[in-house]
Amino acid sequence: MTSLGKDLLDLESLSPEQITAILDTAEPLKAISLRAIKKVPTLRGETIVNLFFEASTRTRVSFEFAEKRMSADAVNVAIGNSSVSKGETLVDTARNLEAMKIDMVVIRHQASGAARFLAERIESNVINAGDGTHEHPTQGLLDLLTLRDRWGSLQGRRVCLCGDVLHSRVARSNIHGLRKMGAEVAVCGPRSLLPNGAEEALGVTVFDRIEAAIEWADALNILRLQLERMTAGYIPSLREYNRVFGVTRERLDRAPRDLLILHPGPMTRGVEIDSDVADGPHSLILDQVTNGVAVRMAVLYLLRGGRPDLATAGTAAGE
Amino acid sequence: MTASETILDARACARTLRRMADEIVERTAGTENLVLVGIQRRGVQLAERLAALIEEREGKPVPRGALDITLYRDDLQTVGPRPLVGATELPVDIDGMQCVIVDDVLFTGRTVRAALDELADFGRPARILLAVLIDRGGQELPIRADVIGKVVTVPDGAQVDVRVAELDGDDTVVLSPARSRTA
Repeated sequence: MTSLGKDLLDLESLSPEQITAILDTAEPLKAISLRAIKKVPTLRGETIVNLFFEASTRTRVSFEFAEKRMSADAVNVAIGNSSVSKGETLVDTARNLEAMKIDMVVIRHQASGAARFLAERIESNVINAGDGTHEHPTQGLLDLLTLRDRWGSLQGRRVCLCGDVLHSRVARSNIHGLRKMGAEVAVCGPRSLLPNGAEEALGVTVFDRIEAAIEWADALNILRLQLERMTAGYIPSLREYNRVFGVTRERLDRAPRDLLILHPGPMTRGVEIDSDVADGPHSLILDQVTNGVAVRMAVLYLLRGGRPDLATAGTAAGE
Repeated sequence: MTASETILDARACARTLRRMADEIVERTAGTENLVLVGIQRRGVQLAERLAALIEEREGKPVPRGALDITLYRDDLQTVGPRPLVGATELPVDIDGMQCVIVDDVLFTGRTVRAALDELADFGRPARILLAVLIDRGGQELPIRADVIGKVVTVPDGAQVDVRVAELDGDDTVVLSPARSRTA
């Protein structure tokens, strides 16, 4: 079964076939962004609410582009100005929106599990655009697509997530997605920023030194230090972090092979990544942004694009 | 009907395509600004064949492309769990061109409607013609083909299956008893 079902909440619960279906669908959708008229009528008449409880520019704009390129009507709800600031609950907010006959909700929320909580209580399709430190499935998917574009297949490739894995929902989605697609996954960072027992819990290799990660990996996915989520002194200082774990040109020059460099953004240049790496020849960071729109178009399409209880798609008899 | 019936075999397909190629050239008065665009999937192979035949006859290259109309369908909610999205590739700027849309079967006309919508997103051709190998009737929209390989009367519920060598191993058109379909 490759149908996605009603919602996209995480990559942990998707099968490799479902992930492949999303990536395969995203591939031809990339071309739409290159056309003179960057729009197809597929989701005409559908209303999608982007419900962002946390600040976001990149992800929200990417979803909005995807929605508009599929001809859906997109509404952005600014939570700071909404009834939530007056004490309304998440479910009440969503139910009120649903009463306005919407079709989908894209939600970002500071609480892990918020997307699932919502999905279980409303009929509209729900897409998780990042929930706390849990998952950010469309970011994971666009990272998979970006690497698959370069390698053809993820099978047997080695990807290391570097930095603040503890607070990163991107890291969780990447770990689940990459492992399901046959890649080997490692994490690298100060022990204070790695989940306890990451080896067993997440099935990854752990490196304490960035040099060892660079020696091992085919690609580095470099994560931002999420200072806003840190409630204690996880690192001595940003300067010290950069000295020990920063991905620099000099460190990459000593790698045994050309590494692909990813970063989910926003980047803190000079902390987890240096500018000449971010802008260097092996950086796929802007490809990630481009692929993000295509992946989100694919997810919108697949969630709205068919009901599993109906007959199989047909071009039988020429139509 | 209870058994399948071959409407066109390989030789008949070849003859039919040759006649269609001639008819396209007559209707477009040569190959000036001509582009053939096949609808995924089997329309693409048929467009390729027709373009090759026209090139052979006229001695001039004929650009050909492919249209995938999946994103332009009007039945997205009813076509099953995962309608596959294919590639649309147009080899030339279609503004001012004579575009011939090629498909294997004309039935409800909804595929052609979608193809027209998609083409319009790429440019403004001077003229659009429709060429189909089989016109089985049953149009639900005011759409008619300009160049037709064969008109077939199809009993209620029966189905026309076009096979092309590139995808199916042989060229045949078969009329089959009913089986479920949604499109």
